Amino acid sequence: MKKYWSFFKMRLMAGLQYRAAALAGMSTQFIWGTMEILLYRAFWLEHPERFPMGMESLSAYIWVQQAFLTLFALWNWDFEVLESVKTGSVSYELLRPTDIYSIWMARSIAGRLARGILRMVPVIVVAGLIPAPYGLRLRVSPAVFGLFVLSMALMVLVVCAYTLLVYALTFYLTDPNGLMVVSVAAADLLGGAVVPLPFLPEGLRRFAELTPFGSMQNVPLRIFSGDIPMTDIPGVMGLQVFWIAALVLAGYALTRNGLRRAVILGG
Amino acid sequence: MKLYLEFFSIHFRSAMTYRASFFLSCLGHLLITTNVFLSVVFLLDRFDSVGGYTLPQLSMCYSVILAATSLAECFGRGFDAFSKLLSQAQFDRMMVRPRPLAFQVLCQDMKPTMLARLLQAVVMLVWSVNSGAVAWTPAKALVLAGMILCGAAVFFGMFLIGAAMCFFTLESLEIINIFTDGPREYGKYPFGVYGKPVLLVLTFLVPLALVQHWPLQYLFDRGPGWYGLLPVASLLFLIPCALLWRLGVRHYRSTGS
Repeated sequence: MKKYWSFFKMRLMAGLQYRAAALAGMSTQFIWGTMEILLYRAFWLEHPERFPMGMESLSAYIWVQQAFLTLFALWNWDFEVLESVKTGSVSYELLRPTDIYSIWMARSIAGRLARGILRMVPVIVVAGLIPAPYGLRLRVSPAVFGLFVLSMALMVLVVCAYTLLVYALTFYLTDPNGLMVVSVAAADLLGGAVVPLPFLPEGLRRFAELTPFGSMQNVPLRIFSGDIPMTDIPGVMGLQVFWIAALVLAGYALTRNGLRRAVILGG
Repeated sequence: MKLYLEFFSIHFRSAMTYRASFFLSCLGHLLITTNVFLSVVFLLDRFDSVGGYTLPQLSMCYSVILAATSLAECFGRGFDAFSKLLSQAQFDRMMVRPRPLAFQVLCQDMKPTMLARLLQAVVMLVWSVNSGAVAWTPAKALVLAGMILCGAAVFFGMFLIGAAMCFFTLESLEIINIFTDGPREYGKYPFGVYGKPVLLVLTFLVPLALVQHWPLQYLFDRGPGWYGLLPVASLLFLIPCALLWRLGVRHYRSTGS
């Protein structure tokens, strides 16, 4: 366990170096969030009765989404891992007395946290100062907030397990680009990045909620905004756990098998 | 001009050499912008209209912005990716060649995969025309073409600013993305939908509303005829962009060997 922890720490420290990039990303996210809220506001002012959630809930959803963007974004691939599989330098990793899937997992989680930590606080603070109903407010009880934190942690695991599955498939595909672009697009649409899932047509929303993408940002964001009633929360979090188990098992098996059949050339 | 076409054909052929990867990145670009359009479709499915615009009208609005950005990104790529040029000191080589600098930067890099997005814009435009978004007159068709071309020019001007800033910072500033990638995403709605302050900024500071919101009012018969001439006014934006670029070039000191 200790060795995975140190991998985790190394990655975290490396990520925290890029402060200027974090600052730029932060202001981008702030403007993005503002535009998004202004847009939904236009719909809300015109047709408040057709709005599937309150404006306050939606504002909470959007600001938390912007603040934690780097945690959910599927497009934050770990290109070093992808390259190592493509070029074969992954063989060096095999010399280490550690399990490669676990190292990848530790790296991925740390990479996401490192990028996320610097950005989230300022966005949250500024968004909290914006007057209601457009600002960020805590609208749920402390107990539900606790569940939000938990589902956020589960979400990071779902996302990382998914990216690891893609890295594992790279052993078989050699060029994972197609899989990556399709995954990102599907995750954006079905995960609630393009539009929050409650705004989708009913049938598509139900389908999206069952996919692994629906267990990503959709769940914590909607718990935080109070859109998922308390009684339904155990069910959706259970689905998150299911997807973590399924994705980890598939990724682990594929990685092991991929490494066993891999023939690495070179001298 | 002949030299430019020659360069375009080189970039196109070099992109086509890796055919699979060319089509994959086309697909990637397309999926992103298709998602943007889908978000409009889903919201309009629920709300029917926003700010008095219908789905075909919004489709026309987005196709204008999409066509403009993809033209700018395809042909202005050299300025968009300028920081790379600087950090590899390729700019020094350009300075000793007997051709205008800006022309050389333009020829240095192009992004043919963006033509896939242009295709998407054309499809959306044809659909919106067929669904009767606009009561057509020859003047309106001309205005539409002007919106796309002048829009491409404004986006190009922003790449120019981004590149000029690289002279001072030596690396590309993500901040400029707010005005390049941002409008590509938020231009899916006429900027007036976002409220007055946004509209004012995009009219007088970065004149994107002049190629989108205002002339659209004319196309949809919601405003006077002279709104249709505003895209031409947006070209004034290129003057400060060009001046900034010149200032940058004058300021330039090589980054070394």
